[in-house]
Amino acid sequence: MKLYLKYFAIHLKSTMQYKASFFMTVTGSFLTSFTVFLGIFFMFQRFHSVAGFSYEEVLLCYGIMLMGFSVAQMFASGFKVFDSMIANGEFDRILCRPRNEIFQVLAFRIDFVRIGMLLQGIVMLWYALVKCPVDWTFPRALTVALMVIGSSVLFSALFLLDGSVAFFTLQGLEFMNVFTYGANEHGKYPLSIYGKGMLTFCTFVIPYALVQYYPLTYVLGRSDRAWYMLLPIIACLFVVPCWIVWRIGVHRYKSTGS
Amino acid sequence: MIEVKDLKKTFKVARREAGFGEAVKALFHREYELIHALDGISFSIGDGEMVGYIGPNGAGKSSTIKILSGILTPDSGLCTVGGRTPWKERRAHVKEIGVVFGQRSQLWWDVPVIDSFELLKEIYTIPAGTYKKNLSELTEILDLSKIVKTPARQLSLGQRMRCEIAASLLHDPKVLFLDEPTIGLDAVSKLAVRDFIKRRNKDHGTTVILTTHDMQDIEALASRIILIGKGRILLDGTLDDIRRGGEHIDETVAELYKKFDV
Amino acid sequence: MKKYIAFFRLRFAMGLQYRAAALGGLVCQFFWGAMAILAFKAFHDTDPSAFPMSLPAMSSYIWLQQALLHLLSVMSMDGELMDMIQSGNVAYELCRPVGVYNMWYIKNLASRASGALLRCIPALIVAALIPAPFGLMAPPDVITFLWFALSLVLAAVVVTAIGMIVAMITFHTVSPRGVRLIAVGIADFFSGGIVPLPFFPEAVRRVTELLPFSATANVPLRIYSGDLHGGEMLFLIALQVFWAVALIAVGRLLEWKELKNVVVQGG
Repeated sequence: MKLYLKYFAIHLKSTMQYKASFFMTVTGSFLTSFTVFLGIFFMFQRFHSVAGFSYEEVLLCYGIMLMGFSVAQMFASGFKVFDSMIANGEFDRILCRPRNEIFQVLAFRIDFVRIGMLLQGIVMLWYALVKCPVDWTFPRALTVALMVIGSSVLFSALFLLDGSVAFFTLQGLEFMNVFTYGANEHGKYPLSIYGKGMLTFCTFVIPYALVQYYPLTYVLGRSDRAWYMLLPIIACLFVVPCWIVWRIGVHRYKSTGS
Repeated sequence: MIEVKDLKKTFKVARREAGFGEAVKALFHREYELIHALDGISFSIGDGEMVGYIGPNGAGKSSTIKILSGILTPDSGLCTVGGRTPWKERRAHVKEIGVVFGQRSQLWWDVPVIDSFELLKEIYTIPAGTYKKNLSELTEILDLSKIVKTPARQLSLGQRMRCEIAASLLHDPKVLFLDEPTIGLDAVSKLAVRDFIKRRNKDHGTTVILTTHDMQDIEALASRIILIGKGRILLDGTLDDIRRGGEHIDETVAELYKKFDV
Repeated sequence: MKKYIAFFRLRFAMGLQYRAAALGGLVCQFFWGAMAILAFKAFHDTDPSAFPMSLPAMSSYIWLQQALLHLLSVMSMDGELMDMIQSGNVAYELCRPVGVYNMWYIKNLASRASGALLRCIPALIVAALIPAPFGLMAPPDVITFLWFALSLVLAAVVVTAIGMIVAMITFHTVSPRGVRLIAVGIADFFSGGIVPLPFFPEAVRRVTELLPFSATANVPLRIYSGDLHGGEMLFLIALQVFWAVALIAVGRLLEWKELKNVVVQGG
């Protein structure tokens, strides 16, 4: 932890060397998520609900997903550039150091520019919390917190998986974007609107629905199954298979060196 | 210190021909060929030796270095560094070695060099006392006092290389791997780097393994040369063994390459 | 001209080598398209009367958008060119005996077209096989298709010109990544990349249609899906021609100013 803070300080120091550049990139990064919000806003000017969810409810949902996604983008972004770390030998350097490899990749890059997205997520969530006609009890508030944590962990796990794919091929990594960027963008709506099939996929294959749809129904009072609030914790177990793929990848890397 | 016995490593490489038609063909079918990067390599290096590991590009130099530094696992063969098998006990092993890649930096680009050093202190969990002692020694010998507060990006190549070397010695490694340490340096910096390595070897008994294309490096540093070509060791001896007359070192090596057809 | 064709061939051959990348992109776009269509369908089911186009037209719009992404997105700017600016190798490029703007423009267009060619055919075949209302429908008639094709070419010309201007701006800025993100964010939104323009509130749509961004993907996609026709279509195509000329002129002007004081970073 102390070591991570050291890395953190260095990243912050480096970033602040280029303040103007930093703020432009923050703006750009913010725009990409802000336009998605604008899209939702325009849609709700025309339609007043979608599949039974109101504007505020959708914002609650998107706010949570966006917060989780931006936290993962910020702190797990080393895996996003992992293919280039392999290509330029940075991963060899990591293997030459007496520390855990995953830790070093995480510490290699902290993408502070996602702060704009994170703020947008917070603002949307805050707006929705105030506007949604929800009777805020402690378990409900806790559920929202667990959803944010769960989605951060889930997206980080997906970035880990994304990075691990680079061990096996340096091409075709693009399709992994569906599960990260795509899930963030399409996760703006409660997953039930995409139909039964998609919901099943998002429950049992990649557990997005466990951090989004199910606990959301509990928060909004559509379901009185209080145990739904624990689902985000179960979703965190998704890290395990991703980690296994990573281990296999490291093993393979060590035997092929490429 | 280092024992290598019958090390073998084979890679599978996709064959690719140039041209438009070939690119279309490769879309559906791809051929592979096996490259024997290392084809049974054995040598042993004693404590405190300085060895030049040379050979043409693609001879297997970097595979060997990668195996010795624990990055690559060989197909077969034995290898121990200080009694440990690098790829089996990676973390314990890498604490004992230092690696300098001449063409890649381990310093953080945008922050003062000293910050990179401080970070390495944490990464290698160097005790505060040892760190202080090593840092002041390295700072003095490599003449870093004026540059450690400067961000790495503002340093000249020579200054940066001095910092790189210091960075890889902070944790007192017993073995130092140098990959092209003088590439691109001006004459003064080259001499400074060579002098330092020699001194380090004498004072600390650090074992040094050097790969380079610069034969002057070899001449200045290596008492022993291992020549590798096509995955095999072609020659293992002292500089004087291979040099018959008083000819230039480059000519000697060119002669050798020609003789072994590599 | 020969030089340009050589560039194009090289690009195409390079693109072909990355078959896995193309396949990955295809899968990605397919999922993306499916999710987008399902979301719009949910809105449609909630209130069909508020839906500004038919569902099959909507699906066609999304599939074409996905299939032509590589051609029509500002995002698919030539990575090579961006790297060159960042690494300072741009200095070598400036020494070549070809007009810089023309060469880069062609390179850019070539990388877009080759990427799109590789991807769009399989994507469109798959999309066409999906049953209505979720699949790609045939164009209403041949004339519409021809207008679509014309407008598509114009859109590619305009989007490349926008990409060039963005690349030129990055010459001056300390933050290529920032400029790029901002440009992509704006262009994507105003070209109907996130929500098609017919879903915009009326007043916003009218203004947006006059912007150069809507002269890209927006026009051909809406012509194909039958949303745009008659005088309005002709007006927007004319606007595309205007923006193509204007933006290329701006780009060349920037080039002319730029060459006088190229700032090579790093080097």
